[in-house]
Amino acid sequence: MSDLNKLTIAGARDALRKGDVTSVELTEACLAAIDGADALGAVVHKTPEIALDRARAADARIKSGDAPAMCGIPLGIKDLFCTEGVPSQAASKILEGFRPEYESTVSGLLRDAGAVMLGKLNMDEFAMGSSNETSVYGNAVNPWRAGNSDAALTPGGSSGGSASAVAADLCLAATGTDTGGSIRQPAAFTGIVGLKPTYGRCSRWGIVAFASSLDQAGPMTKTVRDAAIMGQAMMGHDPKDSTSADLPVPDFEAMLTGDIKGQVIGIPKEYRMDGMPDEIEALWAKGREMLQDAGAVLRDISLPHTKYALPAYYVIAPAEASSNLARYDGVRFGYRAKLDQGDGITEMYEKTRAEGFGAEVKRRVMVGTYVLSAGFYDAYYNRARKVRALIKRDFDQVFEGGVDAILTPATPSAAFELGQTHQDPVEMYLNDVFTVTVNLAGLPGISVPVGLDGRGLPLGLQLIGKPWDEGGLLNTAYALEQAAGFVDKPVKWW
Amino acid sequence: MLDLSYDSPKPKVIAGAKHDWELVIGMEVHAQVATRAKLFSGASTRFGAEPNANVAFVDAGMPGMLPVINEACVAQAVRTGLGLKAEIHLTSAFDRKNYFYPDLPQGYQISQLYAPIVGEGEVLVELGDGTARLVRIERIHLEQDAGKSIHDMDPALSFVDLNRTGVALMEIVSRPDIRGPEEAAAYVAKLRQIMLYLGTCDGNMQNGNLRADVNVSVCLPSAYEKYRETGDFSHLGTRCEIKNMNSLRFIQQAIEHEARRQIAIVEGGGKVEQETRLYDPDKGETRSMRSKEEAHDYRYFPDPDLLPLEIEQAWVDDIAAALPELPDAKKARFIGDYGLSDYDASVLTADLDAAHFFEATVAAAGDGKLAANWVINELFGRLKKEDHDIADSPVSPDQLGKIIKLITSDAISGKIAKDLFEIVYTEGGDPDDIVEARGMKQVTDTGAIEAAVDEIIAQNPDQVAKAKQNPKLAGWFVGQVMKATGGKANPKAVNEIVSEKLGL
Repeated sequence: MSDLNKLTIAGARDALRKGDVTSVELTEACLAAIDGADALGAVVHKTPEIALDRARAADARIKSGDAPAMCGIPLGIKDLFCTEGVPSQAASKILEGFRPEYESTVSGLLRDAGAVMLGKLNMDEFAMGSSNETSVYGNAVNPWRAGNSDAALTPGGSSGGSASAVAADLCLAATGTDTGGSIRQPAAFTGIVGLKPTYGRCSRWGIVAFASSLDQAGPMTKTVRDAAIMGQAMMGHDPKDSTSADLPVPDFEAMLTGDIKGQVIGIPKEYRMDGMPDEIEALWAKGREMLQDAGAVLRDISLPHTKYALPAYYVIAPAEASSNLARYDGVRFGYRAKLDQGDGITEMYEKTRAEGFGAEVKRRVMVGTYVLSAGFYDAYYNRARKVRALIKRDFDQVFEGGVDAILTPATPSAAFELGQTHQDPVEMYLNDVFTVTVNLAGLPGISVPVGLDGRGLPLGLQLIGKPWDEGGLLNTAYALEQAAGFVDKPVKWW
Repeated sequence: MLDLSYDSPKPKVIAGAKHDWELVIGMEVHAQVATRAKLFSGASTRFGAEPNANVAFVDAGMPGMLPVINEACVAQAVRTGLGLKAEIHLTSAFDRKNYFYPDLPQGYQISQLYAPIVGEGEVLVELGDGTARLVRIERIHLEQDAGKSIHDMDPALSFVDLNRTGVALMEIVSRPDIRGPEEAAAYVAKLRQIMLYLGTCDGNMQNGNLRADVNVSVCLPSAYEKYRETGDFSHLGTRCEIKNMNSLRFIQQAIEHEARRQIAIVEGGGKVEQETRLYDPDKGETRSMRSKEEAHDYRYFPDPDLLPLEIEQAWVDDIAAALPELPDAKKARFIGDYGLSDYDASVLTADLDAAHFFEATVAAAGDGKLAANWVINELFGRLKKEDHDIADSPVSPDQLGKIIKLITSDAISGKIAKDLFEIVYTEGGDPDDIVEARGMKQVTDTGAIEAAVDEIIAQNPDQVAKAKQNPKLAGWFVGQVMKATGGKANPKAVNEIVSEKLGL
């Protein structure tokens, strides 16, 4: 077989089980693709030896007849996941040289299922960003280009390396994490599928924390079926994470019937934003039509507190981050600044953190520190928590009213040029406008590629599901995927 | 309520140059929770391990590590709350207290600011003079301890030991109901006693497993009563907090010094600044650690890694049902059942081992009052001489009980009993056998005593004559008879016979 790296998880799984291909062959194909794709900046720590060891072990396992779905599947792992003995830097200088002695629960579940880790993937520093430009490794690049332009585009963020690697077939799939849209936005920008599960579905243990009440891991895949297979392998109760839900994880793939007859799809009026590009509006309309044609019932709904989501998010997430990032102090691991004679502990903190964190991380730590400080706590943090509760209530009421899933655009635009918005953080934050509500409400959301814009760049739609209903959500996404028939791939230039 | 009624003690009054001043004291006692594992990790809490031996990844603040509550710590906090007759909150929550320090690896301490696990309770604090103060407890919350920074091992470097990092503490917060240095020490001692009874804290102050922050202010007489009537703190003076004291003696000294410092400031026309101070026992003074302006902004917020802590009433009820008898109840019972004095009952219930020893002795001896005397006076005295604990007593309750029984059955005299006690203490053995084997039984045979008395009278005519003049000298004859009989003669019988023979 040729172009093994272009396989889907489902395709590779079936071929592995049939004995048409080995995991070593798959892995070698991916490793070769990775070696030829340095221009994408997607893979930041290559682990070919680990990959081939695991591939050989997977082949033995498959031969013995003990092969879970993910066995032998080559994956990329976002740098935010702690991987035992392998650099895990959250794309930050401050974690320079850090090699954890432990494996995150999610990457551990994949490893134990026989999946093969090819390497660690680029991202925004501490997952703070929407363009992968805040990474200490330099930005990842989108394999897609607009028309005949050779301008480098963002793969989105923060899981930009994951999106780029999957879209460019450097791996069969990748892990991502999503705090405000960090799986769904880059998936949309690169024409792949990105699932953010319900908060509590995937253990956060071993994933470098950004905003603990919002962070959630999920799969970034080439198809909805792959998201079902890989998502199922990543989920499950973990007693090491107090916020992990003790609920059974259903067989998502078995739920992919494509039958959504009678399903009620909510269309929230608040997501129709002023200044939204016509192409996004048209894409959304197309999505509605496709779901309706598939037998779903469309219903106009209102999520009245939507407009407060972005400000609430940009209070809560930095507040938690400012505390979560306090541990990066140069005392025990990672980067420590060179000190001058007579410098004490305060200088060590100040210099280490000044040199170790990038500008966006510092900005958010400062914002977070400010909103939690005495005298401002009620006005900002407490108010944001109340807004968050209202946003969640909006969704609860809609779902209680019989809506099964909600359809929205995934992003307000297609992928933009790198360097374009870097100077204006607020403009960058607007990228999350359709996705943050889902994190604030703890809901599952999925981004599905539906079409190309006029310049040939992929665009995605987002489906939002009921809590713990990833199965139903994936099936609706599957129906949308079938109807959209999106099969385009970027033209290789790297 | 217990049937123990006490008068409240008078507040400590310090005479200033212009006025008399009263003290108002509130305390935050930090008690290390007695559990094998830390509050949010499985690491051991054992004291004295090699530095950084008891450290889990989460204790070291490693990236991606998450806290998981240790149920045993929660149970101990509930137990302590019940022991202080406090309200148990079925829902509580953990908050982060953010500050930077090398022995705080996460950069925050997980504590309970907004919703503590235990609410209002009370403690009766008896003072030596028969009075007792009822101190109101405001709350008890669970929190993580910090590690230890060591600055004096190297001129240029500081070292950090994380063994204590993340160990569970209960912070027991009192209302400002304590009115003097002695009361403060007695309050801590009482909390310690209750927690030792409950098994929720080992009470070891030297190791820092029990330590206190003391809030001290001074006010003019009657101001405190106004505060109690209205709940308005403005009636009280500005307080200063003296941090981290782990000795009852230093607590008393520090309060005294701090009160005098504040009085001097106020009487000199100045204002006491609210601040955190440290007590220097070598210099006998408190000094400023940080002022209110320099106070940290801890940026408390709910810890998003932990869901609210929900416990069930049935679980609390089970803990309550299994609670041991507490000091106040035990003391009342000792007074009621054994007829002990308040003082003796206090001494015997001060320590749980002593109380157990006493009750086992009573079971063997059958006489509570006598058993109390012997345990307190003979046994404690003898143990103290050799710096032994009651747990190391070479005399068992059974042995002591038998000695007491030999006295009450008139088999031996009290004096012989002391010799017997010493033999049992140093050599061991069954008291009944020893008395038998060594012929220590008391002589009650009047014929033998009469013979001895006759002999002494015959040998000492001069003394006889004197005694007839002065009957008090009969004692001399009694002594001689006791000497002649090796102390075994029944002293009551000797007395009677001597008086009779001398014709007194």
